[in-house]
Amino acid sequence: MGWPLAVSAGLMDKSPRALFRALWALAAGHLLATLLVLLPFAFLLVLAEWQRSIQLGASLFVIGFGVYRLVERRHPRALARIPPTQLALWSFAVAIAHGAALMLVPIYLGLCQAFELDAGHEAAGALMKASLGMAVLVSLVHVAAMVSAGGCLAWLVYRHLGLRFVSRSWFNLDVIWATSLILVGVVAFGFNLASWH
Amino acid sequence: MTMRPDPTFHASPKLAMEAPAENFAYTLLLSPDFSKPDALAVIDAKPGSPTYSQIVHTVTMPNKGDEFHHFGWNACSSALSPLTGHAFIERRYLIIPGLRSSRIYIIDTKPDPTKAKIHKIIEPEEVFKKTGYSRPHTIHCGPDGVYVSTLGGGGKDGTNGPPGVFIMDCETFEVLGRWEIDRGPQTLHYDFWWNLPRDYMVTSEWALPPQFENGIVPEDLLANKYGHRLHFWDLRARRNVQTIDLGANHQMALEVRPAHDPVREYGFVGVVVDTTNLEASIWTWWREGGKFHAEKTATIPPEPAPKEKLPPLLQGFGAVPPLVTDIDLSMDDRFLYVSCWGTGEMRQYDVSDPRKPKLAGSVHIGGIARRTPHPNGKAFAAGPQMVEISRDGRRVYWTNSLYSTWDDQFYPDGVPGLEVMANVGRNGGLELDKNYFVSFPDGYRAHQIRLEGGDCSTDSFCYPSA
Repeated sequence: MGWPLAVSAGLMDKSPRALFRALWALAAGHLLATLLVLLPFAFLLVLAEWQRSIQLGASLFVIGFGVYRLVERRHPRALARIPPTQLALWSFAVAIAHGAALMLVPIYLGLCQAFELDAGHEAAGALMKASLGMAVLVSLVHVAAMVSAGGCLAWLVYRHLGLRFVSRSWFNLDVIWATSLILVGVVAFGFNLASWH
Repeated sequence: MTMRPDPTFHASPKLAMEAPAENFAYTLLLSPDFSKPDALAVIDAKPGSPTYSQIVHTVTMPNKGDEFHHFGWNACSSALSPLTGHAFIERRYLIIPGLRSSRIYIIDTKPDPTKAKIHKIIEPEEVFKKTGYSRPHTIHCGPDGVYVSTLGGGGKDGTNGPPGVFIMDCETFEVLGRWEIDRGPQTLHYDFWWNLPRDYMVTSEWALPPQFENGIVPEDLLANKYGHRLHFWDLRARRNVQTIDLGANHQMALEVRPAHDPVREYGFVGVVVDTTNLEASIWTWWREGGKFHAEKTATIPPEPAPKEKLPPLLQGFGAVPPLVTDIDLSMDDRFLYVSCWGTGEMRQYDVSDPRKPKLAGSVHIGGIARRTPHPNGKAFAAGPQMVEISRDGRRVYWTNSLYSTWDDQFYPDGVPGLEVMANVGRNGGLELDKNYFVSFPDGYRAHQIRLEGGDCSTDSFCYPSA
């Protein structure tokens, strides 16, 4: 997400360092967005008896957002109003607007379940520590994946493929993205229901 | 909503130059006495075509008195801005404002330019109500919508409040509202353009409606009351950050042409007339050390002429002012084309060194006193005015009308609508093409030209050519 901005920064300054600087800013914004969305859930996990409701609620929320993105297909043009110098802010805003951070919630909650971080007999403090740690880990892994994929692409375009690749490679993934949000939500919802009985 | 970006969107000016050439030239037609509805003519510009240089389609509007002037696309290469993250719109609709009526027409050019038709009409009341502005003029498609500059404020004569820029949605064409948050000292308006990655806008000044709608006001001109300032804005903060006064005698600073390559932080503006000596001038503006600067980099002198060859307006001066009414910069930022509407000359300057323009080519055609005919032998009334350059820089098109009431003052013998084209040599030089000569129907004059797939005064680029 946002790799063309890194290409643009590199070309405008005629320096690979500018490309990597832009990537860092994009990573920071994206990381902030994922943490902002995950941390409330990490705190909520302490409420052991509400586990199930939290997980079902989170899945439904992701499904709802996916449906909204599918129905409301207009792109938030306000993103273009963010100054080009504020890449971290742009990256944060786009991750929130597109639901990229939200998609991690069911995955995160599923991981917490798998590692039994929601065991009711654990002390609240220890539980909090563990679930916060998991939230940070999930965010970092996700951002690392995004930045390495986007970074490789940005570098390839900058160094080898050329600018023509920007418009040639750009596909409208709105529907696929919205559908995948719904899918992640549905799968999480299904797992939760199944493990309930 | 498309699956891929429009193939006519290009990431850099260099890629735009390499794209296929234009097959059509869209031209605005105006009825100078408002007796007929204005129209959009579609001209075949494909060399070798059996209908080459002929009007192959006309879209006639349902109203009279709109006064067509400038126009633009709903979307262009700026849609590839990496900040939008969403390039899935089409260069499909031409947005044509009526400068006199404040009505805006949206013309659909798909499935084919020869079948272009009216898609939507925005009535003047919507513009007045939502923006407080009137007399819409320049259109530029930006990453967050279509920007429209205006020459008038509110009220019947457009002097109730300053003119400015408003934004429209590029798909629904809904007028969204004013653009400015802080206009600073800006009270007049004309043209605007920007550098998207560098995040600034430049605007220029012509006059308020009472100073142009009924013709040029000689007293106001001699009192230096027409526009003579450039305004520089923080594009996303929507604030005027700097105003440069070119000097009150430099009357009418009109078209602003920033370098197409966004790495280059300079541009040009043409000044119609210096009231101290009738000269026209080209100015270069640039940004250095966080500040904008502007200097006069080329002048074009007036040409002496006997009284009997001059319209009443100029008889007291005994000379023809060049009247630089339009300028246009080639896509590679190398050549600046300058229309001298008074003396009847199209000049080509090499602006590789932007602060030292060098005259590289010139053709004479028309003119108040010269009246040079076209190489095909036909007469050419008025002079070169609205100029448009093909993306590859090899063809330069122009028409001959400035503005209904002004045409009559400078060219009282009449201004039949004409469009011509000149070919550009590999290293400059300019030669009129004998085979491209468009004579518009009686009672119509021609103003701005837009070329299919984009040209040198529509698209804004977000990536450098390097």
